[in-house]
Amino acid sequence: MYLRHGAFSYLPELTDDEIAAQVRYGLLNGWPISIEFTDDPHPRNIYWEMWGLPLFDLDEPDGVISEINACRATFPNHYVRVLAYDATLGRQTTAMQFLVQRPEEEPGFYLARTEGSDRRQSYSVQSYAAQAPAGRRYARD
Amino acid sequence: MAEATKDRWDPGVQSYAGMGYWNPDYEPKDTDVLAVFRVTPQDGVDPIEAAAAVAGESSTATWTVVWTDRLTANSHYQAKAYRVDEVPGRPGEYFAYIAYDLDLFEEGSIANLTSSIIGNVFGFKPLKALRLEDMRIPVAYVKTFQGPAHGIVMEREYLNKYGRPLLGATIKPKLGLSARNYGRVIYEGLRGGLDFTKDDENINSQPFMRWRDRFLFSMEGVNKAMADTGEIKGHYLNVTAGTMEEMYERAEFAKELGSVVVMIDLTIGYSAMQSMANWSRKNGVLLHLHRAGHSTFTRQKTHGVSFRVLAKWARLIGVDHVHAGTVVGKLEGDPATTKGFYDTLRDDHIPTNHANGIFFDQDWASMPGVMPVASGGIHAGQMHQLLDYLGEDTILQFGGGTIGHPLGISAGAEANRVALEAMIKARNEGRDFLREGPDILRKAAEHCRPLEVALATWGDVTFDYASTDAPDSVPTASV
Repeated sequence: MYLRHGAFSYLPELTDDEIAAQVRYGLLNGWPISIEFTDDPHPRNIYWEMWGLPLFDLDEPDGVISEINACRATFPNHYVRVLAYDATLGRQTTAMQFLVQRPEEEPGFYLARTEGSDRRQSYSVQSYAAQAPAGRRYARD
Repeated sequence: MAEATKDRWDPGVQSYAGMGYWNPDYEPKDTDVLAVFRVTPQDGVDPIEAAAAVAGESSTATWTVVWTDRLTANSHYQAKAYRVDEVPGRPGEYFAYIAYDLDLFEEGSIANLTSSIIGNVFGFKPLKALRLEDMRIPVAYVKTFQGPAHGIVMEREYLNKYGRPLLGATIKPKLGLSARNYGRVIYEGLRGGLDFTKDDENINSQPFMRWRDRFLFSMEGVNKAMADTGEIKGHYLNVTAGTMEEMYERAEFAKELGSVVVMIDLTIGYSAMQSMANWSRKNGVLLHLHRAGHSTFTRQKTHGVSFRVLAKWARLIGVDHVHAGTVVGKLEGDPATTKGFYDTLRDDHIPTNHANGIFFDQDWASMPGVMPVASGGIHAGQMHQLLDYLGEDTILQFGGGTIGHPLGISAGAEANRVALEAMIKARNEGRDFLREGPDILRKAAEHCRPLEVALATWGDVTFDYASTDAPDSVPTASV
């Protein structure tokens, strides 16, 4: 499967220049940027691991790009995403989120069903990769 | 009209102005509910008396003097018309500003507010027509309402989707599909890239598809699409029914099946909507409102209630989504007026802006915003205009523009999603996306065949008709 996550997952993978342009948009809005990674991309897994603290007070995207590259080098087969955060009163939430790396092979999810009464089924989305322990989920890690 | 010399308390008929319902020196208090009506008096009726009559009939007055008024602090309870302006370019029409003391209204009740403000007065004979153009809801009154069950920010955190409009589609044909076929359309749309699909307003529980069957097959489609894509998906399950008990039963079932959202129609009434908003907050389910029937009273500019007022009521009532116009689609919507609706639903402070039809400053005191939904005759080729007119916190719903795609529903959904993401990406890169929109879409279509086909099919479809509901802005001097 091909994981759909974040604002640009239906476009071709962003190049580093394109990533820098998106980061610049965030910085121009005054949003701190963070980098997060995971090997458990379940749609309801909110808390990916933080690659350090959010990067506050940057003027240029270069610093973010070098952190992204450091994260990619350490976790070459994890999902890596970039987030921008809007601390404005009334928002105080993520403003933007997009993937900057995905594993070469994505086994995806299966839909587990439990048959119930009255034709009801309870559904559960399960990740194939997450059957393995953390850190051993994607082949080349 | 009665003579001016008559004593206020003489029995018989008095002018409304003479009874104190016109007070040009009145300074509205911060806690007053303010309303502006477009008044069209019958020939020969003085506009100030007409305004006073509206104030009177929407508050304490009846057609004749009653001595029992003297048992109350009557000047406190009577509404005051305090300003009357000619409507620019519309002879015989006047904007009448009226202030109502907060004591006139029950806390947290839209039913009570509307029974006063639009209760009797719209049938009042001395007026040819009457329209409620705008209201200022004071913070003191705002704070007596729950407000949106979740609101825009919470909805995004719940769905884990940021930085772009959400994407939806209404299942078509709206009537006649069996539950199994209906679920198929949902599955195809969601797996192709939509965030939401939607029941139409008149899908409730008919002989061709009963509600329980629809809910079961719909959730099969929703969950399969989540597993296929790794994204949270939803289908607005319409719980509209003949009684409140029946609606609660359907909503409970939707919740038990794991639906993130339920839907109601405006036709269920204000109190039923408030009850469902409370239920939705309590049960962690988003609440979508389809404004079925609103055009019967919002569309004509001389008579009825403007949608901007209905938008304020919807925010107080506490829905999470409401349809608010597309500008470019098949349904009514002047750009400036629609901007006024969107601001009213989303922003925390909306300043007076006559060009957008906003007559008063409105403060929401941190009440969460309602997600406006754009639906009706829109397609991927308009993505740059939609983003420009409607902004990022909106749900773009392409029904025919998804399901009618020549390569299938899933391809239709993908075309819309690619168009949307390409436009957001271009905007963030600092490009002039409105002007370069068609180029951006063509470029995106180079790596997306479904988008290429969508542009070839609908690229030049427009609905270019004059709006009936444009703001007659900029009030002139008082008469």
